[in-house]
Amino acid sequence: MSRVLLLVALALAVLGLGPAFADDTMPPAPYAYRQLDDPAKEAKAQALMETIRCLTCQSQSIADSDASMAGDMRSQIRERIAAGEDPEAIRKWLVARYGDYITYSPRVTRLTWPLFAAPLVILLLAAVLLRKRFTRVRGSGDATTGGAPE
Amino acid sequence: MSDSAASPVPGSRWTRWLPLALFVVFVGVVTWGLLRDKDDTVPSRFIGQPLPQFSLPAATDAKAGLATADFAGKPRLLNVFASWCIPCAAEAPQLAALAAAGAEIDGVAIRDHSDDLAAFLARNGNPYTRIGADNLGKVQLAIGSSGVPETFVIDGRGVIRYQHIGDIRAEDVPMLLGKLRDAGQ
Repeated sequence: MSRVLLLVALALAVLGLGPAFADDTMPPAPYAYRQLDDPAKEAKAQALMETIRCLTCQSQSIADSDASMAGDMRSQIRERIAAGEDPEAIRKWLVARYGDYITYSPRVTRLTWPLFAAPLVILLLAAVLLRKRFTRVRGSGDATTGGAPE
Repeated sequence: MSDSAASPVPGSRWTRWLPLALFVVFVGVVTWGLLRDKDDTVPSRFIGQPLPQFSLPAATDAKAGLATADFAGKPRLLNVFASWCIPCAAEAPQLAALAAAGAEIDGVAIRDHSDDLAAFLARNGNPYTRIGADNLGKVQLAIGSSGVPETFVIDGRGVIRYQHIGDIRAEDVPMLLGKLRDAGQ
């Protein structure tokens, strides 16, 4: 079975069907795989790159991806941070072009606020329900011999 | 709860079924999410915005480079492509048809060697007025393009009016000509 698969793979390679996965042959952008000399700036760049989505491999961050476009994005982010730009300004610049999908760090917007509000609402609701329950237990405890709740 | 324990048939209370109902709704939502077609395209949010300032050198000796200032006058197509991209070769006949119908097409070549590009144009035809070399993907990022090929409709004032993601199919040609006409009004 594996030999058959190997033959098929070879046949595809010989037939030139490999380029379905073609990528460019240009050398990577200057700062795609090179860290900034200033460790503080590199840390800032790294933190930002880990929360920016790769557009080629959409479940990875650009820090994790070897796609050439991710390399271009890393290089541009490092260059801009080296030039003194604020990471959040760069994130905003990208969101303006690609939408919220580009960032893994969610923002509170008209669409996303329920995500942030829901845990608070549930906690509040739980507190109200529990309070009702506890006061009833204490009430019944005072009235009777103070035994087990219901 | 004391009141539910006091009722004659405890199991008949509708609240007993609430957790199950919620669970069924949850399973339904998850199933819908798993079964629906996933759309991987990331559209540009820069539609309606003017092209950012750029000036790209010529990608090949045959054609001039491309700058923002070139997008003045009549509406044009901006084709983001590369010689190493297979769908870009597949859309070449459609670009030729668009050019034959009077569309002006400018190219941005992503991470391309000039000799590879020359061979690509010799093989697939050259519908472009100008081709700029974007070797670091800077213009691509600046206009919100997420891959190759993509085709933008730019109006005579340099404003991005439409983005087509992926290769241009035969049925897209009249649509793009329509978008060019709309952009000219």
